Amino acid sequence: MRYSPQKSSLLRSYFGHHLRVSLGSLGRLYKQPIATMMTAAVIAIALALPVGLYIGLANIGQVSSGWDGSTQISLFLHTRVKKGDAQKLVKRLEKHRDIKKVELIDKEQGLQQFKEISGFGDALKYLDNNPLPIVLVVHPRILASQPDRTTKLVKDLGKNKMVELAQLDVQWVKRLYTFIEIANRSIWVISSMLAIAVLLIIGNTIRLDIQSRREEIEVSKLIGASDAFIRRPFLYTGFWYGAIGGILAWIITLLSLMMMENPIHKLALLYHSDFQLSGLGAGNTLLLITISCTLGLIGSWIAVSRHLKEIEPS
Amino acid sequence: MIHFDNISKRYPGGHDALSQVSIRLEKGQMAFLTGHSGAGKSTLLKLIAMIERPTRGQIFLDGVNLNNISNRKIPYIRRNIGIIFQNHHLLYDRPVFDNVAMPLIIQGYRRQEIHKRVRAALNQVGLLSKEKSDPITLSGGEQQRVGIARAIVHKPLLLLADEPTGNLDPELSREIMDLFARFNQVGTTVLIASHNLDLIKQMGSPMISLQDGRVSHNGLPFSVGSSQEL
Repeated sequence: MRYSPQKSSLLRSYFGHHLRVSLGSLGRLYKQPIATMMTAAVIAIALALPVGLYIGLANIGQVSSGWDGSTQISLFLHTRVKKGDAQKLVKRLEKHRDIKKVELIDKEQGLQQFKEISGFGDALKYLDNNPLPIVLVVHPRILASQPDRTTKLVKDLGKNKMVELAQLDVQWVKRLYTFIEIANRSIWVISSMLAIAVLLIIGNTIRLDIQSRREEIEVSKLIGASDAFIRRPFLYTGFWYGAIGGILAWIITLLSLMMMENPIHKLALLYHSDFQLSGLGAGNTLLLITISCTLGLIGSWIAVSRHLKEIEPS
Repeated sequence: MIHFDNISKRYPGGHDALSQVSIRLEKGQMAFLTGHSGAGKSTLLKLIAMIERPTRGQIFLDGVNLNNISNRKIPYIRRNIGIIFQNHHLLYDRPVFDNVAMPLIIQGYRRQEIHKRVRAALNQVGLLSKEKSDPITLSGGEQQRVGIARAIVHKPLLLLADEPTGNLDPELSREIMDLFARFNQVGTTVLIASHNLDLIKQMGSPMISLQDGRVSHNGLPFSVGSSQEL
């Protein structure tokens, strides 16, 4: 009598069997399109939410990434300072070891920018003369991560007789980074919770599937089906739910991005930026699908290992 | 083929289904198991198919001590047995062919081999023309024959049948029994639980009677008291 598997014949048809079971599971889902799509849609929404947040945050990070290196110090000169003196000051400042570059914005340029950005251009016509001072924009070599040195530089620059006000724009950048950090953490928390939700959805769907195929499982066990054989179609069903859910989530994300692209582009134009909303990218899309397939497998594995044991022939 | 050595089975709750049962069915034999309902017929078959495990005693199946078989190995024991039920246990969501093919698919046979064997099995039970039918459209006798085809398609060493003619009229019952006799003639060991005494007498095979979980009559040659292994 044989009481262990026949290795050779099993191996020969092993992959063919997997292919058939996998397609069989997909076929079962296809036969109930509405039920399948509803479950897949719930999974997709649960996945699309953290993906959307991630993309949003990635874009904010991209916008702000240029800022850290270019912490700026604005030097507002006294209005009486002439352009020539200001240019000499620029030359002198640029020799300072902590300063990378100094930009000079003269009165006319300042006025022009003010008109463009503020929208109060017409009001300026009523002024007799240009009230704006010359501004020097100092780009220090020091990073925002060295606040003490930066503060000292600002103090030194403020002592110059020509400078009326030295202003450091670093505090809000730091605050922004802290906010991004918090948002990053919350995405992890939200993603973990939604991943658990996906596990539960798939687990519950597989549980119902197992119950509806109780008779088949019983008969299979009676005629000598191994646990792995019985488990397999349910695991593939979970895998397919994950895959379909993942692809749907990707489509939802894509559509949302397309809907937001135009208004964001307009907003960017208002800020004189050529900012482009970036999407998920091929790598991350692959990651999304992989994660959702894995969640599907794990969810069905949990359901199968819990509920298949309950069904024994009697 | 089957050797029960002093087997007792007590179900949780204290009901003794079998007490000190010793029987021995040789390879290639055909025998009937009879007794009132509740006498322990089904329990005896379940112990062979490892649906239940004995409380005491040892069962040898073709020389293998079933007490030494772990739960994980049970499927491989069952692959040597063909089991036939009173209520056929057919799956109504697939045609006759797919029902009969199940044991072969489970054991990883290749497609051509499955086709060949399923059609041979259906031919043996006289249902080759019904291979594409849904089981639900078949009569009771035909459904039972599909169940038999499924039990013999993988050429098991042992056929177990639990009241296979329970719902059938005498003529159909006789046909089914003749079918079992034919499988026995080609070497399969057959054990049939039935309370249809008239039919059993017609068949002329040895009979084991159970009463309240004990063997009350054993028609098998050289059996009781022997504890020798096969």
